[in-house]
Amino acid sequence: MSQERWNITMIISKKKGEEPAHFQSFKLEVDPEEYVLDAVERVWAFHDRSLTFRHACHHSTCGACGMRVNGVEKLTCITLVRSVTHNGGEMKVEPLRNFPVVSDLVVDMSDFYNRMEEASAAQVVPVRKSALPYEHDLFPDDGMDHERLTDCIECGCCVSACPIALTTPAYLGPAVLAAAQQTHSLSGKPCIFDLVDTADGVWRCHSGFECTAVCPSNVDPAWRIMDMRRRVIGHRIKHLFGAK
Amino acid sequence: MANQPSASKFMRWFDPRNRQPGTWAFILNRVTALGLTLYLLLHLFMLGKLAQGPQAYNEFIALAKTPLIKIGELLVVAAGIIHGLNGIRIALTSFGIGVNYQRQIFWLLMALAAVGIAAFGYVMFFVA
Repeated sequence: MSQERWNITMIISKKKGEEPAHFQSFKLEVDPEEYVLDAVERVWAFHDRSLTFRHACHHSTCGACGMRVNGVEKLTCITLVRSVTHNGGEMKVEPLRNFPVVSDLVVDMSDFYNRMEEASAAQVVPVRKSALPYEHDLFPDDGMDHERLTDCIECGCCVSACPIALTTPAYLGPAVLAAAQQTHSLSGKPCIFDLVDTADGVWRCHSGFECTAVCPSNVDPAWRIMDMRRRVIGHRIKHLFGAK
Repeated sequence: MANQPSASKFMRWFDPRNRQPGTWAFILNRVTALGLTLYLLLHLFMLGKLAQGPQAYNEFIALAKTPLIKIGELLVVAAGIIHGLNGIRIALTSFGIGVNYQRQIFWLLMALAAVGIAAFGYVMFFVA
């Protein structure tokens, strides 16, 4: 925390029940070294106790606080106020796109979680298999069978940023396809192809690469989707020559 | 359900604000594809004029040499070059080639496109 103080205007999307969403402004004094989630909590604590938003761990592990800040998907617990506005500036906070809004900044992610389960999304992965192939020596092999939490924290930022998820509700979306790629790379489960080798699976992606740009957790969904395509084509070629 | 996916939101595909070069390429590919499709229809319509005899053909050629039509033709060339080069980038990255360098590939190919468009423009307006 610093001694510096900024005066900013927070513009927050509000929506209750069936009413249409609207914006409400709040004048705040903040430390620019605070995180956006701290500023949202400040609004709740001192200005509007009816404001609803999702949050839990405050250290980028739970993935609950994904929101759009000035139009860009951010995990608000690790996004510094300084990085998104300036002294005297504005900070617009909106719910993630492509999910039903339950209330204010809270979105319903149940369908998303169900799809992650369909892709057998791992919760923990062996450390030596957890890095992406282009991340050399990220976790040197010490011969032990360590495990770690998987990178994807299921925040939904990638789904919100994806231009295809915007127009096609049936599209599996970047997080699910990335999870499927990880499942296949860890287990080799061929049944995962039934899920992803479809019009609304890996072939629906139109290479916008926004998912990777906004991912706060090094999942690199775009790379994984492209890798999944290679795996699908490899599987199809093998199938063509009689492999099961 | 304004915040949920809907096919009616396709116009937002063309909004480049707060987005990355990947989306700019996505937008460019759609705009150029629509432009080329429109051109194909116009082209077929103009070719139909040829069936109306030599006079109609000569009138068409005279029209094709006017500056406005030449600018239109240059836009068609630009759309073809941009769409084609960007298509190469998408084909490569779609199969895992150069995915981590897709931004650099995009800028490189768009620089090539600019050179190509300038060369075509020079020939069309100052040589041909």
